[in-house]
Amino acid sequence: MKILVFIKLVPDLVEELSIDPNGTALDTTWMRMIINEFDDHALEQAILLKEKQTADVIVIAPDVEGVDEVLFTALAKGADQVIKLTGDFSNANNHAFARAFTPYINNIQPDLILTGVQANSDIDGSIGPLIAACQNQPFIGYVSGVILEDKRAIVRKEYPGGVIAEMSVSLPAVLGIQSAEQPPRYVAVSKVRQVMKTANIEEHQFDAIDISGSPKTNRMFQPETSTHAEMIEGNPDEIADRLVSVFKEKGIL
Amino acid sequence: MSRDIFVLIEHNQGQVSEISYIMLAAGRDLAIAQGSQVIAILFGNQAENLAQNLSADKLLYVNHPALEDFTQDAYLITISEIIKSRQPGVVLFGNTTIGSDLAGAVSISLDLDLASSCKYFTSDGKVVSQICGGKIMVESNFSFTTTLITMLPGGYKPELGQSDHPPAIENITPPSLENLRIKNINFIQPESSDIDISKEPILVSIGRGIQTQDNVELAEELAEALGGVICASRPVIDQGWLPTSRLVGKSGKQVKAKLYIAIGISGAPEHVEAITGSETIIAINTDPKAPIFDIATYGTEADLFDLVEILTHRINQAKGNR
Repeated sequence: MKILVFIKLVPDLVEELSIDPNGTALDTTWMRMIINEFDDHALEQAILLKEKQTADVIVIAPDVEGVDEVLFTALAKGADQVIKLTGDFSNANNHAFARAFTPYINNIQPDLILTGVQANSDIDGSIGPLIAACQNQPFIGYVSGVILEDKRAIVRKEYPGGVIAEMSVSLPAVLGIQSAEQPPRYVAVSKVRQVMKTANIEEHQFDAIDISGSPKTNRMFQPETSTHAEMIEGNPDEIADRLVSVFKEKGIL
Repeated sequence: MSRDIFVLIEHNQGQVSEISYIMLAAGRDLAIAQGSQVIAILFGNQAENLAQNLSADKLLYVNHPALEDFTQDAYLITISEIIKSRQPGVVLFGNTTIGSDLAGAVSISLDLDLASSCKYFTSDGKVVSQICGGKIMVESNFSFTTTLITMLPGGYKPELGQSDHPPAIENITPPSLENLRIKNINFIQPESSDIDISKEPILVSIGRGIQTQDNVELAEELAEALGGVICASRPVIDQGWLPTSRLVGKSGKQVKAKLYIAIGISGAPEHVEAITGSETIIAINTDPKAPIFDIATYGTEADLFDLVEILTHRINQAKGNR
């Protein structure tokens, strides 16, 4: 059994985001990139499956600043092989990534491809259904549980209101992971450092990207909302007092 | 290519999802601007009755046992056939557990452009999407071929997508749906042993900002003081700090509280769409740009670790408990 996990780095939303001078893309100069949290869940799910039965977990990620650490961390968590796609991905969208992976997927022939169900930077759909369609494989997203059987997977797909659909899908297939069966595990930095000394990241150069598939972006902007909360200023005591009077006004206290 | 706006109606277990009405309302806006029609598309098994209150100029209905519940492969084959033969101007999908699974695959299969997370259309015919947890908006053009769009709630009122006059139904012969690779086994309903947060008037909700499991107690004490209950956004539930029945958001519960206090919640679209029905929303978040402040009634940038304990104490004082 081979499980391929696709990982992408996304802007850290805790940091200030800004738009580049052309006005059509995020300014990446000072942008801090972190692993897409749903991809982290996809990796965890892959490793949980590996622990239950024999499987090779192969992680593939496009080259972005910070990706080496993410890939070494994946190895420290239990991935067997990590691949970095190098090239100029500054304009790349999910369509381009999905197409770029196609030859590697054909080469590896995984039984299962896992990726995060969405990423905060998606503008042309999430990547899972795109990869699946490039491979002519079925896709199930919003998955929060996977059991592997011979030639098929039984998955739990989440619907609104806490309803879960139990589905079976024949392999090979692509799954978009909403959450792993356990929170992503923690690995000590020392363990990651140790892996860095011995392990290798395989690199594959990728030259041409095809970004067709998303409409042309006119502009990006930060939302100027018509409404905003009435902000309560002051020290914690003053804020608490004001909130208590709000509760009284609303008939809650 | 026609200029018609196709809307794929989403339904689950015999209920049309709210996003379907929102898409019909959005589609109507576009159709009026472009002088075209809104065509609803419904897949199902003996499900024509679901069309009764859809506001559309026409309904294309495909009946097949394999289309009773959503599966990505049966839906993909069926919608692709319809788009190929009818060539609409725009196809609207929900940015949901159904539409998001589907739209990207249609885009690759038929080589059509896809814009995801659309919040609204501008009056001069541009698509405005929301990314980066609601912190960045992207304005794009429609393509010259059929444009596929996945829609978020929030930009249009669902009531405007409803009508007392059901649309005329055109039945479409289903494509061959043999050898499907995905099968629905069954639906598991949420456990009903816990309280139902969608019916609770006072909710104290926690997000990633709560940081550790030990800190959950801070919010519990606040909820207790207010006579309310505690709930959470996705990251807290994923950590297992609260049960799934307390999840507020896209795949959890929609709430309509009298008072909703969001503590350490940034306000990602998946969360916001589920709380906007609340009367008073109070947001506590140290990030002044957190999108939660755009929908909250009151907000404060105070650190929750400085504020929540004091607030609980003040409430108890006000109640005369101390």
